[in-house]
Amino acid sequence: MASEPSAATSPSDSTNHGLRVVVVWLVLSAIATPLVAIYVGPLIPPGNATVQGQGQTFDNQVMTAFVTPILCLLAVFFAYGLIQFHVRRNEAILDGPPIRNDSQIQLLWIVITTVMVLFLAGFGTYELLQDGSGGGQGPNPIALPAHHQDAFQVQVIAQQWQFTYRYPSLGGLESNQLYLPANTTVALHVTSLDAIHSFWAYELGVKADANPGVDNVAYVETKGPTTFHVRCAELCGLWHPYMFNNGRVVDSAQFQAWASQQQRVYASIKPFMNKPESEGGAPYAKTYFPEPDRRAG
Amino acid sequence: MRVGVKLLLVAVAVTAAGAVIGFYVSNLTTLAGSRSYSVPVQNANGHPVVKLEIQTVAAVGPTLSPNPDWVSYLVKDQSTGHWKRETVWDLPAHATVHVTIYNFDGASGLRNPYLARPQGMVGNRIRVDGKPTEAIDPNDASHTFAVPALGLVLAIPGVADEAKNQCEYADAPIGGCAMSTAHRTIKFTFHTTTPGHYRWQCFVPCAAGWVYGFGGPMQTIGYMDGFLNVKA
Repeated sequence: MASEPSAATSPSDSTNHGLRVVVVWLVLSAIATPLVAIYVGPLIPPGNATVQGQGQTFDNQVMTAFVTPILCLLAVFFAYGLIQFHVRRNEAILDGPPIRNDSQIQLLWIVITTVMVLFLAGFGTYELLQDGSGGGQGPNPIALPAHHQDAFQVQVIAQQWQFTYRYPSLGGLESNQLYLPANTTVALHVTSLDAIHSFWAYELGVKADANPGVDNVAYVETKGPTTFHVRCAELCGLWHPYMFNNGRVVDSAQFQAWASQQQRVYASIKPFMNKPESEGGAPYAKTYFPEPDRRAG
Repeated sequence: MRVGVKLLLVAVAVTAAGAVIGFYVSNLTTLAGSRSYSVPVQNANGHPVVKLEIQTVAAVGPTLSPNPDWVSYLVKDQSTGHWKRETVWDLPAHATVHVTIYNFDGASGLRNPYLARPQGMVGNRIRVDGKPTEAIDPNDASHTFAVPALGLVLAIPGVADEAKNQCEYADAPIGGCAMSTAHRTIKFTFHTTTPGHYRWQCFVPCAAGWVYGFGGPMQTIGYMDGFLNVKA
């Protein structure tokens, strides 16, 4: 005659499982949190090439440190449950006692999650308002970095399927190369000629939508010389995947040399650039609207 | 219906959908909308030399397309002398390519004036109607021919609005616009590099009748976009 199956845990089991889970969780969190914050957080892009990128990297460190204890709790809870409460051979499957109307647990849950969410909201808002965090802020930015009034202006014009860069302080120089001077506050005026694009220079920590008719300003404070990639981050048509190029942050002398070289290359179209559009010159404005009626053919 | 049969049907449907999507993406990124045209190769002292003749027409006509009013590039079949609506061109690697563009379309202007400065070809200059040119007036541009990965870009000046005998659509007996109609002739030479697929496109919003001039032929390989299939 077979013996009666026994329950996985006896009702008379006096083991304090909750205390065990909490102790293991605290120990694991105390070890994992600093390790993750120090070694994992900084590995998440964009890196430290700009002040804004550095700020985002710091945010990543804070966020990974913040989320690590939560992940640890889930992992410990899950692992402990699997080890302690799994059904063994010849054991009956018995449900545990229901937990109902435990106001302490409910209150604790509401307080903890509310504090966490409010902290993250406050932290994110504070970080965003420091310098804009490299995001597009529309035509009237409110999160201004230091020295923003002296920012070097660059217009980023997206179109299907390339980016064009204009430098108003260099006589309206226009190029398909994005060069920026090192250790400089740069105001990127992002717009589009046609569809909705997104200017994403991720090593710089910059991402801004490019919409026709909108001057979307994003600030970035460059540091030392570096190279970076620019991609369109908005699905924009047939050759969206080809819409990328590389840029460089160079020291002042190299930047001047590059600007002079570009001005020589494009000297032959300068006469057209200097005339207003009403007199047959090339259009140059902070925003553009597509003009479907302009074409005769 | 048994669960096993249902699961099998779902698996088959998902696999079929994946295959169709994969085929579409593959086709789109290589030859979509256009067969490839192998440009005949000549040899000069062992160096490959190619003669590429293309047209830009304001309306491709009913013979070459189910969309007769679409703007398009055409390529000349060197063996027959006829023009074809094929914008994927097979070229040899490390070759010299002599290009002649006949433009039968009017001007609409560049939104990016720097594209009016020809670059990436031999000497960074083009010949417009026989005259060496280092830049055209951006307002006179009709189309561009740009191969971004090769750094090749040039703006193509348009036919004057008041020009007589303009080509209405490319439906002459030889397939394209007849050379007797008003056109501009642009010549330049460039060199291909390593093997690969190099996309080319027009940057002028020239799709008349489409929202903002950017739909239809601007978004379809076989009209204002294509590839240079550079082969070893």
